[in-house]
Amino acid sequence: MQYLLVIYDNPEYWARVGEAQMDATMRRHGEISDDLKKAGKFGGCGALMPPASATCVRRSGDKTTITDGPYAETKEQLGGYYVIEARDLDEAIAYARRLPLSDPGVCEIRPIRELD
Amino acid sequence: MDLGPRLKAAYPKALATLIRLLGDFTAAEDALQDAVTRALEVWPDQGVPGEAAAWLVTTARRRHIDLLRHDRIEERHRRLVSENGAGDPAEATLFGDDMLRLVFTCCHPALAREAQTALTLRALGGLTVDEIARAFLVPPATIEQRITRAKRKIRDARIPYEIPERAEVEERQAAVLEVVYLIFNEGYLSTTGPELSRPDLSREAIRLARVLNRLLPAQAEAIGLLALMLLHDARRPARIGADGAFVPLDQQDRSLWITGMIAEGRALLDKIRAHENPGPYQIQAAIAAVHTSSPGETNWRKVARLYERLEMLQPNPVVRLNRAVAVSKAEGPEAGLSLLADLEASEPMQRYPYYHAARAALLADLGRVEEAASAYREALASTTNPVEQEHLRRKLRDLG
Repeated sequence: MQYLLVIYDNPEYWARVGEAQMDATMRRHGEISDDLKKAGKFGGCGALMPPASATCVRRSGDKTTITDGPYAETKEQLGGYYVIEARDLDEAIAYARRLPLSDPGVCEIRPIRELD
Repeated sequence: MDLGPRLKAAYPKALATLIRLLGDFTAAEDALQDAVTRALEVWPDQGVPGEAAAWLVTTARRRHIDLLRHDRIEERHRRLVSENGAGDPAEATLFGDDMLRLVFTCCHPALAREAQTALTLRALGGLTVDEIARAFLVPPATIEQRITRAKRKIRDARIPYEIPERAEVEERQAAVLEVVYLIFNEGYLSTTGPELSRPDLSREAIRLARVLNRLLPAQAEAIGLLALMLLHDARRPARIGADGAFVPLDQQDRSLWITGMIAEGRALLDKIRAHENPGPYQIQAAIAAVHTSSPGETNWRKVARLYERLEMLQPNPVVRLNRAVAVSKAEGPEAGLSLLADLEASEPMQRYPYYHAARAALLADLGRVEEAASAYREALASTTNPVEQEHLRRKLRDLG
Protein backbone atom coordinates (compact mmCIF):
# COMPACT_ATOMS: atom_id res chain seq x y z
CA MET A 1 0.00 0.00 0.00
CA GLN A 2 1.08 3.60 -0.48
CA TYR A 3 2.18 5.88 2.30
CA LEU A 4 2.86 9.59 2.37
CA LEU A 5 5.85 10.53 4.52
CA VAL A 6 5.45 14.18 5.47
CA ILE A 7 8.51 15.89 6.84
CA TYR A 8 8.03 18.73 9.30
CA ASP A 9 11.25 20.66 9.71
CA ASN A 10 12.64 23.29 11.97
CA PRO A 11 13.89 25.96 9.51
CA GLU A 12 16.09 27.54 12.18
CA TYR A 13 17.97 24.27 12.46
CA TRP A 14 18.82 24.16 8.77
CA ALA A 15 19.87 27.82 8.88
CA ARG A 16 22.35 26.90 11.63
CA VAL A 17 24.00 23.83 10.11
CA GLY A 18 27.09 24.14 7.95
CA GLU A 19 27.57 23.32 4.30
CA ALA A 20 29.14 19.93 5.00
CA GLN A 21 26.05 18.74 6.87
CA MET A 22 23.79 20.17 4.19
CA ASP A 23 25.69 18.14 1.58
CA ALA A 24 25.48 14.99 3.70
CA THR A 25 21.75 15.54 4.10
CA MET A 26 21.21 15.86 0.37
CA ARG A 27 23.33 12.76 -0.27
CA ARG A 28 21.22 10.80 2.20
CA HIS A 29 18.02 11.85 0.44
CA GLY A 30 19.60 10.75 -2.83
CA GLU A 31 20.48 7.32 -1.39
CA ILE A 32 17.00 6.79 0.01
CA SER A 33 15.35 7.76 -3.30
CA ASP A 34 17.71 5.44 -5.19
CA ASP A 35 16.97 2.55 -2.85
CA LEU A 36 13.25 3.16 -3.21
CA LYS A 37 13.53 3.29 -7.00
CA LYS A 38 15.59 0.11 -7.15
CA ALA A 39 13.01 -1.66 -4.98
CA GLY A 40 10.18 -0.34 -7.16
CA LYS A 41 8.73 1.48 -4.16
CA PHE A 42 9.30 5.08 -5.18
CA GLY A 43 6.19 7.20 -5.75
CA GLY A 44 7.79 10.65 -5.81
CA CYS A 45 9.36 13.10 -3.39
CA GLY A 46 9.98 16.80 -3.09
CA ALA A 47 11.72 19.41 -0.99
CA LEU A 48 9.55 22.47 -0.47
CA MET A 49 10.48 26.14 -0.75
CA PRO A 50 10.43 28.00 2.61
CA PRO A 51 7.08 28.55 4.37
CA ALA A 52 7.28 32.26 3.52
CA SER A 53 6.63 31.30 -0.13
CA ALA A 54 3.31 29.65 0.75
CA THR A 55 -0.11 30.83 -0.40
CA CYS A 56 -3.42 29.61 1.02
CA VAL A 57 -6.69 29.35 -0.91
CA ARG A 58 -9.39 29.09 1.72
CA ARG A 59 -13.04 28.31 1.30
CA SER A 60 -15.70 29.57 3.66
CA GLY A 61 -19.27 29.07 2.52
CA ASP A 62 -19.56 30.36 -1.04
CA LYS A 63 -16.51 32.57 -0.75
CA THR A 64 -12.94 31.82 -1.60
CA THR A 65 -10.14 33.98 -0.20
CA ILE A 66 -6.50 34.01 -1.05
CA THR A 67 -4.05 34.70 1.77
CA ASP A 68 -0.34 34.82 2.26
CA GLY A 69 1.73 32.45 4.34
CA PRO A 70 1.44 29.11 6.00
CA TYR A 71 -1.62 28.14 7.96
CA ALA A 72 -0.08 28.10 11.43
CA GLU A 73 2.90 29.67 13.14
CA THR A 74 4.61 26.63 14.61
CA LYS A 75 8.23 25.74 15.18
CA GLU A 76 8.03 22.80 12.80
CA GLN A 77 7.01 23.58 9.24
CA LEU A 78 6.11 21.38 6.33
CA GLY A 79 9.40 20.96 4.50
CA GLY A 80 9.16 17.98 2.19
CA TYR A 81 7.49 14.69 1.37
CA TYR A 82 7.91 11.21 -0.03
CA VAL A 83 5.30 8.92 -1.53
CA ILE A 84 6.37 5.33 -1.05
CA GLU A 85 5.00 1.86 -1.62
CA ALA A 86 5.41 -0.35 1.45
CA ARG A 87 4.30 -3.82 2.53
CA ASP A 88 3.04 -2.54 5.87
CA LEU A 89 3.51 0.22 8.45
CA ASP A 90 6.72 -1.32 9.79
CA GLU A 91 8.38 -1.06 6.38
CA ALA A 92 7.22 2.55 6.05
CA ILE A 93 8.62 3.27 9.53
CA ALA A 94 11.94 1.74 8.52
CA TYR A 95 12.24 4.20 5.60
CA ALA A 96 11.10 7.13 7.74
CA ARG A 97 13.77 6.33 10.32
CA ARG A 98 16.44 6.75 7.67
CA LEU A 99 15.30 10.26 6.69
CA PRO A 100 17.62 13.08 7.73
CA LEU A 101 15.36 15.20 9.94
CA SER A 102 16.10 18.50 11.63
CA ASP A 103 16.51 18.39 15.40
CA PRO A 104 13.82 18.69 16.58
CA GLY A 105 11.93 17.43 13.58
CA VAL A 106 9.21 14.95 12.79
CA CYS A 107 8.07 12.73 9.95
CA GLU A 108 4.38 11.90 9.86
CA ILE A 109 3.41 8.67 8.12
CA ARG A 110 -0.03 8.59 6.53
CA PRO A 111 -1.47 5.69 4.62
CA ILE A 112 -2.93 6.80 1.29
CA ARG A 113 -6.50 5.77 0.72
CA GLU A 114 -6.96 3.28 -2.07
CA LEU A 115 -9.67 4.36 -4.47
CA ASP A 116 -11.12 1.77 -6.80
CA MET B 1 -20.83 -26.86 34.50
CA ASP B 2 -19.12 -23.47 34.51
CA LEU B 3 -17.51 -23.01 31.11
CA GLY B 4 -16.18 -19.54 31.95
CA PRO B 5 -12.57 -20.40 32.86
CA ARG B 6 -12.13 -22.90 30.01
CA LEU B 7 -13.50 -20.45 27.47
CA LYS B 8 -11.47 -17.58 28.87
CA ALA B 9 -8.27 -19.62 28.62
CA ALA B 10 -8.99 -20.77 25.07
CA TYR B 11 -10.26 -17.42 23.74
CA PRO B 12 -6.97 -15.52 23.29
CA LYS B 13 -5.26 -18.50 21.63
CA ALA B 14 -8.14 -18.99 19.22
CA LEU B 15 -8.35 -15.27 18.49
CA ALA B 16 -4.64 -14.96 17.74
CA THR B 17 -4.76 -17.84 15.27
CA LEU B 18 -7.96 -16.61 13.64
CA ILE B 19 -6.50 -13.15 13.13
CA ARG B 20 -3.60 -14.74 11.26
CA LEU B 21 -5.88 -16.96 9.21
CA LEU B 22 -8.43 -14.31 8.33
CA GLY B 23 -6.03 -11.38 8.26
CA ASP B 24 -8.53 -9.14 9.99
CA PHE B 25 -9.12 -8.41 13.65
CA THR B 26 -12.83 -7.68 13.49
CA ALA B 27 -13.67 -10.61 11.21
CA ALA B 28 -11.76 -12.90 13.58
CA GLU B 29 -13.63 -11.58 16.60
CA ASP B 30 -17.02 -11.93 14.92
CA ALA B 31 -16.32 -15.49 13.82
CA LEU B 32 -14.99 -16.40 17.26
CA GLN B 33 -18.05 -14.93 18.94
CA ASP B 34 -20.20 -17.29 16.89
CA ALA B 35 -17.98 -20.21 17.86
CA VAL B 36 -18.25 -19.27 21.55
CA THR B 37 -22.04 -19.21 21.28
CA ARG B 38 -21.88 -22.63 19.66
CA ALA B 39 -19.57 -23.90 22.43
CA LEU B 40 -22.02 -22.81 25.09
CA GLU B 41 -24.71 -24.84 23.33
CA VAL B 42 -22.67 -27.96 22.64
CA TRP B 43 -20.06 -28.32 25.39
CA PRO B 44 -22.44 -28.86 28.32
CA ASP B 45 -23.77 -32.02 26.60
CA GLN B 46 -20.72 -33.31 24.75
CA GLY B 47 -18.08 -32.18 27.23
CA VAL B 48 -15.25 -29.70 26.68
CA PRO B 49 -13.01 -30.90 23.85
CA GLY B 50 -9.40 -31.67 24.76
CA GLU B 51 -8.10 -28.94 22.47
CA ALA B 52 -10.68 -26.29 23.29
CA ALA B 53 -8.86 -23.54 21.38
CA ALA B 54 -8.47 -25.69 18.28
CA TRP B 55 -12.18 -26.57 18.43
CA LEU B 56 -13.03 -22.87 18.56
CA VAL B 57 -10.75 -22.10 15.61
CA THR B 58 -12.23 -24.86 13.45
CA THR B 59 -15.79 -23.89 14.31
CA ALA B 60 -15.11 -20.19 13.76
CA ARG B 61 -13.45 -20.79 10.40
CA ARG B 62 -16.32 -22.89 9.20
CA ARG B 63 -18.72 -20.20 10.33
CA HIS B 64 -16.64 -17.50 8.66
CA ILE B 65 -16.63 -19.35 5.34
CA ASP B 66 -20.40 -19.86 5.60
CA LEU B 67 -20.84 -16.15 6.09
CA LEU B 68 -18.60 -15.30 3.14
CA ARG B 69 -20.55 -17.68 0.92
CA HIS B 70 -23.65 -16.00 2.08
CA ASP B 71 -22.26 -12.58 1.30
CA ARG B 72 -21.26 -13.69 -2.23
CA ILE B 73 -17.85 -12.11 -1.93
CA GLU B 74 -16.39 -15.45 -1.09
CA GLU B 75 -14.10 -15.84 -4.07
CA ARG B 76 -11.41 -13.40 -3.01
CA HIS B 77 -11.60 -14.17 0.67
CA ARG B 78 -11.80 -17.92 0.37
CA ARG B 79 -8.62 -17.85 -1.61
CA LEU B 80 -7.05 -15.80 1.16
CA VAL B 81 -8.25 -18.22 3.83
CA SER B 82 -6.98 -21.28 1.99
CA GLU B 83 -3.62 -19.68 1.20
CA ASN B 84 -3.02 -18.69 4.78
CA GLY B 85 -4.62 -21.79 6.17
CA ALA B 86 -2.11 -24.28 4.84
CA GLY B 87 -1.10 -26.38 7.81
CA ASP B 88 -3.29 -27.68 10.53
CA PRO B 89 -4.54 -25.04 12.93
CA ALA B 90 -5.36 -27.77 15.43
CA GLU B 91 -1.72 -28.08 16.32
CA ALA B 92 -1.32 -26.58 19.75
CA THR B 93 2.21 -25.42 18.97
CA LEU B 94 0.85 -22.98 16.42
CA PHE B 95 -0.90 -20.90 19.04
CA GLY B 96 2.33 -19.72 20.63
CA ASP B 97 3.63 -17.96 17.52
CA ASP B 98 0.24 -16.51 16.70
CA MET B 99 -0.13 -15.07 20.17
CA LEU B 100 3.35 -13.59 20.09
CA ARG B 101 2.55 -11.90 16.77
CA LEU B 102 -0.61 -10.52 18.28
CA VAL B 103 1.23 -9.22 21.38
CA PHE B 104 3.49 -7.16 19.17
CA THR B 105 0.55 -5.85 17.16
CA CYS B 106 -1.43 -4.85 20.26
CA CYS B 107 1.58 -3.06 21.75
CA HIS B 108 2.73 -1.47 18.49
CA PRO B 109 4.18 1.99 19.18
CA ALA B 110 1.93 3.46 16.48
CA LEU B 111 -1.04 2.86 18.81
CA ALA B 112 -1.80 5.18 21.72
CA ARG B 113 -0.96 3.83 25.16
CA GLU B 114 -4.61 3.64 26.19
CA ALA B 115 -5.43 1.68 23.06
CA GLN B 116 -2.51 -0.69 23.66
CA THR B 117 -3.67 -1.56 27.17
CA ALA B 118 -7.33 -2.01 26.22
CA LEU B 119 -6.48 -4.09 23.17
CA THR B 120 -3.98 -6.25 25.05
CA LEU B 121 -6.48 -6.99 27.81
CA ARG B 122 -9.18 -7.75 25.25
CA ALA B 123 -7.20 -9.82 22.77
CA LEU B 124 -4.61 -11.48 25.00
CA GLY B 125 -6.25 -11.36 28.40
CA GLY B 126 -9.60 -12.43 26.97
CA LEU B 127 -11.42 -9.83 29.10
CA THR B 128 -14.74 -8.49 27.91
CA VAL B 129 -15.23 -4.79 27.18
CA ASP B 130 -17.34 -4.50 30.34
CA GLU B 131 -14.65 -6.09 32.48
CA ILE B 132 -11.98 -3.75 31.12
CA ALA B 133 -14.26 -0.75 31.67
CA ARG B 134 -14.90 -1.74 35.28
CA ALA B 135 -11.21 -2.24 35.90
CA PHE B 136 -10.31 1.23 34.58
CA LEU B 137 -13.42 2.85 36.07
CA VAL B 138 -14.53 4.30 32.74
CA PRO B 139 -17.78 3.75 30.84
CA PRO B 140 -17.85 0.65 28.59
CA ALA B 141 -18.53 2.91 25.59
CA THR B 142 -15.12 4.55 26.12
CA ILE B 143 -13.30 1.21 26.06
CA GLU B 144 -15.36 0.05 23.09
CA GLN B 145 -14.37 3.20 21.23
CA ARG B 146 -10.67 2.83 22.07
CA ILE B 147 -10.68 -0.76 20.84
CA THR B 148 -12.65 0.05 17.69
CA ARG B 149 -10.32 2.93 16.82
CA ALA B 150 -7.24 0.79 17.45
CA LYS B 151 -8.55 -1.98 15.22
CA ARG B 152 -9.36 0.55 12.51
CA LYS B 153 -5.85 1.96 12.70
CA ILE B 154 -4.34 -1.53 12.52
CA ARG B 155 -6.35 -2.10 9.35
CA ASP B 156 -5.99 1.35 7.72
CA ALA B 157 -2.31 1.95 8.43
CA ARG B 158 -1.62 -1.75 7.91
CA ILE B 159 0.14 -2.49 11.18
CA PRO B 160 1.49 -5.99 10.56
CA TYR B 161 0.78 -9.14 12.55
CA GLU B 162 4.40 -10.02 12.78
CA ILE B 163 7.27 -10.60 15.10
CA PRO B 164 9.49 -7.55 14.57
CA GLU B 165 12.83 -7.80 12.82
CA ARG B 166 15.80 -8.57 14.97
CA ALA B 167 17.11 -5.00 14.92
CA GLU B 168 13.94 -3.78 16.57
CA VAL B 169 12.83 -6.74 18.62
CA GLU B 170 14.45 -5.55 21.83
CA GLU B 171 12.88 -2.11 21.68
CA ARG B 172 9.50 -3.61 20.83
CA GLN B 173 9.75 -6.16 23.64
CA ALA B 174 10.42 -3.35 26.07
CA ALA B 175 7.18 -1.71 24.89
CA VAL B 176 5.25 -4.94 25.50
CA LEU B 177 6.63 -5.29 29.04
CA GLU B 178 5.81 -1.65 29.69
CA VAL B 179 2.16 -2.20 28.74
CA VAL B 180 1.93 -5.20 31.07
CA TYR B 181 3.52 -3.29 33.95
CA LEU B 182 1.20 -0.35 33.32
CA ILE B 183 -1.79 -2.67 33.60
CA PHE B 184 -0.36 -4.05 36.85
CA ASN B 185 0.19 -0.62 38.34
CA GLU B 186 -3.25 0.55 37.30
CA GLY B 187 -4.59 -2.26 39.47
CA TYR B 188 -2.06 -1.85 42.26
CA LEU B 189 -2.05 1.91 42.72
CA SER B 190 -5.53 3.02 41.90
CA THR B 191 -5.70 6.79 42.10
CA THR B 192 -9.40 7.18 41.53
CA GLY B 193 -11.14 4.30 43.28
CA PRO B 194 -12.37 4.43 46.84
CA GLU B 195 -10.35 1.37 47.81
CA LEU B 196 -6.58 1.38 47.61
CA SER B 197 -6.32 -1.26 44.93
CA ARG B 198 -8.39 -3.11 42.38
CA PRO B 199 -7.14 -6.68 42.41
CA ASP B 200 -8.35 -7.74 39.01
CA LEU B 201 -5.98 -5.76 36.81
CA SER B 202 -2.92 -6.80 38.79
CA ARG B 203 -3.92 -10.42 38.50
CA GLU B 204 -4.50 -10.00 34.76
CA ALA B 205 -1.07 -8.42 34.36
CA ILE B 206 0.55 -11.35 36.16
CA ARG B 207 -1.36 -13.74 33.94
CA LEU B 208 -0.21 -11.84 30.83
CA ALA B 209 3.38 -11.90 32.09
CA ARG B 210 3.15 -15.68 32.49
CA VAL B 211 1.94 -15.95 28.89
CA LEU B 212 4.82 -13.70 27.76
CA ASN B 213 7.32 -15.84 29.62
CA ARG B 214 6.07 -18.88 27.77
CA LEU B 215 6.28 -17.00 24.47
CA LEU B 216 9.64 -15.33 25.07
CA PRO B 217 11.51 -17.92 27.09
CA ALA B 218 14.80 -16.95 28.70
CA GLN B 219 14.19 -13.22 28.33
CA ALA B 220 15.68 -11.98 31.57
CA GLU B 221 13.65 -8.76 31.66
CA ALA B 222 10.37 -10.61 31.06
CA ILE B 223 11.22 -12.95 33.94
CA GLY B 224 12.26 -9.95 36.04
CA LEU B 225 8.93 -8.26 35.41
CA LEU B 226 6.96 -11.35 36.45
CA ALA B 227 9.09 -11.66 39.62
CA LEU B 228 8.61 -7.99 40.39
CA MET B 229 4.82 -8.16 40.10
CA LEU B 230 4.60 -11.37 42.15
CA LEU B 231 6.70 -9.91 44.96
CA HIS B 232 4.59 -6.74 45.05
CA ASP B 233 1.28 -8.49 44.79
CA ALA B 234 2.23 -10.94 47.55
CA ARG B 235 2.17 -8.05 50.00
CA ARG B 236 -1.15 -6.68 48.91
CA PRO B 237 -3.30 -8.23 51.67
CA ALA B 238 -1.15 -6.40 54.23
CA ARG B 239 -1.22 -2.99 52.53
CA ILE B 240 -4.58 -1.98 53.96
CA GLY B 241 -5.32 -2.15 57.68
CA ALA B 242 -8.60 -3.17 59.30
CA ASP B 243 -9.64 0.52 59.30
CA GLY B 244 -9.09 0.72 55.53
CA ALA B 245 -5.97 2.86 55.94
CA PHE B 246 -2.71 2.37 54.05
CA VAL B 247 -0.09 0.40 56.03
CA PRO B 248 3.55 1.22 55.23
CA LEU B 249 5.90 -1.67 54.53
CA ASP B 250 7.69 -1.63 57.90
CA GLN B 251 4.42 -1.87 59.80
CA GLN B 252 2.73 -4.54 57.71
CA ASP B 253 1.52 -7.79 59.26
CA ARG B 254 3.82 -10.21 57.48
CA SER B 255 1.63 -13.18 58.28
CA LEU B 256 -0.78 -11.75 55.69
CA TRP B 257 1.78 -11.91 52.90
CA ILE B 258 1.15 -14.62 50.30
CA THR B 259 4.18 -16.83 50.82
CA GLY B 260 3.68 -18.88 47.67
CA MET B 261 3.96 -15.78 45.49
CA ILE B 262 7.06 -14.60 47.34
CA ALA B 263 8.70 -17.99 46.91
CA GLU B 264 7.89 -18.00 43.20
CA GLY B 265 9.19 -14.46 42.73
CA ARG B 266 12.45 -15.28 44.51
CA ALA B 267 12.89 -18.50 42.55
CA LEU B 268 12.46 -16.59 39.28
CA LEU B 269 15.09 -14.10 40.38
CA ASP B 270 17.52 -16.89 41.24
CA LYS B 271 17.04 -18.24 37.75
CA ILE B 272 18.27 -15.01 36.13
CA ARG B 273 20.86 -14.00 38.72
CA ALA B 274 23.64 -14.92 36.30
CA HIS B 275 22.92 -11.87 34.15
CA GLU B 276 25.70 -9.35 34.41
CA ASN B 277 23.79 -6.31 33.25
CA PRO B 278 20.35 -6.59 34.78
CA GLY B 279 17.66 -4.38 33.29
CA PRO B 280 15.31 -2.15 35.28
CA TYR B 281 12.69 -4.84 36.00
CA GLN B 282 15.29 -7.23 37.38
CA ILE B 283 16.74 -4.53 39.61
CA GLN B 284 13.31 -3.53 40.91
CA ALA B 285 12.46 -7.19 41.55
CA ALA B 286 15.73 -7.58 43.47
CA ILE B 287 14.74 -4.58 45.61
CA ALA B 288 11.29 -6.05 46.24
CA ALA B 289 12.96 -9.35 47.22
CA VAL B 290 15.15 -7.62 49.81
CA HIS B 291 11.99 -6.14 51.30
CA THR B 292 10.58 -9.62 51.88
CA SER B 293 13.44 -10.63 54.18
CA SER B 294 12.77 -11.02 57.91
CA PRO B 295 11.60 -7.96 59.84
CA GLY B 296 14.40 -5.74 61.11
CA GLU B 297 16.86 -7.46 58.82
CA THR B 298 16.31 -5.41 55.67
CA ASN B 299 19.68 -4.80 54.09
CA TRP B 300 19.25 -1.10 53.37
CA ARG B 301 22.77 -0.71 52.03
CA LYS B 302 21.95 -3.28 49.37
CA VAL B 303 18.66 -1.52 48.59
CA ALA B 304 20.48 1.82 48.29
CA ARG B 305 23.03 0.24 45.94
CA LEU B 306 20.30 -1.27 43.77
CA TYR B 307 18.51 2.08 43.53
CA GLU B 308 21.75 3.76 42.57
CA ARG B 309 22.10 1.26 39.71
CA LEU B 310 18.47 1.77 38.73
CA GLU B 311 18.95 5.53 38.67
CA MET B 312 21.81 5.10 36.21
CA LEU B 313 19.46 3.21 33.86
CA GLN B 314 16.38 5.30 34.54
CA PRO B 315 17.39 8.72 35.79
CA ASN B 316 14.10 10.11 37.02
CA PRO B 317 12.85 11.89 40.14
CA VAL B 318 10.81 8.93 41.47
CA VAL B 319 13.84 6.64 41.44
CA ARG B 320 15.88 9.36 43.13
CA LEU B 321 13.19 9.70 45.80
CA ASN B 322 13.25 5.96 46.55
CA ARG B 323 17.02 5.96 46.57
CA ALA B 324 17.04 8.86 49.05
CA VAL B 325 14.72 6.93 51.39
CA ALA B 326 16.94 3.82 51.22
CA VAL B 327 20.07 5.89 51.83
CA SER B 328 18.45 7.56 54.83
CA LYS B 329 17.75 4.13 56.34
CA ALA B 330 21.32 3.00 55.68
CA GLU B 331 23.20 6.18 56.58
CA GLY B 332 20.77 8.42 58.43
CA PRO B 333 18.20 11.12 57.62
CA GLU B 334 20.81 13.77 56.80
CA ALA B 335 22.21 11.76 53.88
CA GLY B 336 18.70 11.11 52.58
CA LEU B 337 17.72 14.77 52.74
CA SER B 338 20.77 15.86 50.79
CA LEU B 339 19.83 13.47 47.96
CA LEU B 340 16.33 14.95 47.99
CA ALA B 341 17.67 18.47 47.63
CA ASP B 342 18.08 18.00 43.86
CA LEU B 343 14.35 17.33 43.54
CA GLU B 344 13.23 20.68 44.91
CA ALA B 345 13.23 22.17 41.43
CA SER B 346 11.29 19.27 39.93
CA GLU B 347 7.77 20.39 39.12
CA PRO B 348 6.18 16.92 39.00
CA MET B 349 7.66 16.16 42.42
CA GLN B 350 5.91 19.19 43.87
CA ARG B 351 2.63 17.52 42.95
CA TYR B 352 3.76 14.07 44.18
CA PRO B 353 2.49 13.24 47.67
CA TYR B 354 5.21 10.64 48.38
CA TYR B 355 7.95 13.22 47.85
CA HIS B 356 6.49 15.56 50.47
CA ALA B 357 5.71 12.68 52.85
CA ALA B 358 9.25 11.28 52.58
CA ARG B 359 10.77 14.72 53.20
CA ALA B 360 8.43 15.23 56.12
CA ALA B 361 9.47 11.95 57.75
CA LEU B 362 13.18 12.76 57.39
CA LEU B 363 12.69 16.28 58.76
CA ALA B 364 10.73 14.84 61.70
CA ASP B 365 13.59 12.39 62.40
CA LEU B 366 15.96 15.36 62.59
CA GLY B 367 13.59 17.14 65.01
CA ARG B 368 12.73 19.86 62.47
CA VAL B 369 9.05 19.64 63.44
CA GLU B 370 7.81 22.89 61.84
CA GLU B 371 9.28 22.04 58.46
CA ALA B 372 7.99 18.45 58.77
CA ALA B 373 4.45 19.67 59.46
CA SER B 374 4.50 21.97 56.47
CA ALA B 375 5.78 19.12 54.25
CA TYR B 376 2.98 16.83 55.47
CA ARG B 377 0.46 19.55 54.65
CA GLU B 378 1.86 19.77 51.13
CA ALA B 379 1.58 15.99 50.82
CA LEU B 380 -2.07 16.18 51.91
CA ALA B 381 -2.78 18.83 49.33
CA SER B 382 -1.36 16.69 46.53
CA THR B 383 -3.35 13.47 46.91
CA THR B 384 -7.02 12.75 46.22
CA ASN B 385 -6.93 9.18 47.56
CA PRO B 386 -8.98 9.22 50.81
CA VAL B 387 -7.07 6.27 52.32
CA GLU B 388 -3.76 8.04 51.79
CA GLN B 389 -5.14 11.32 53.11
CA GLU B 390 -6.17 9.62 56.34
CA HIS B 391 -2.70 8.12 56.71
CA LEU B 392 -1.10 11.56 56.26
CA ARG B 393 -3.46 13.27 58.70
CA ARG B 394 -2.47 10.75 61.32
CA LYS B 395 1.21 11.44 60.68
CA LEU B 396 0.57 15.14 61.04
CA ARG B 397 -1.24 14.63 64.37
CA ASP B 398 1.58 12.39 65.62
CA LEU B 399 4.03 15.28 65.17
CA GLY B 400 2.24 16.92 68.09
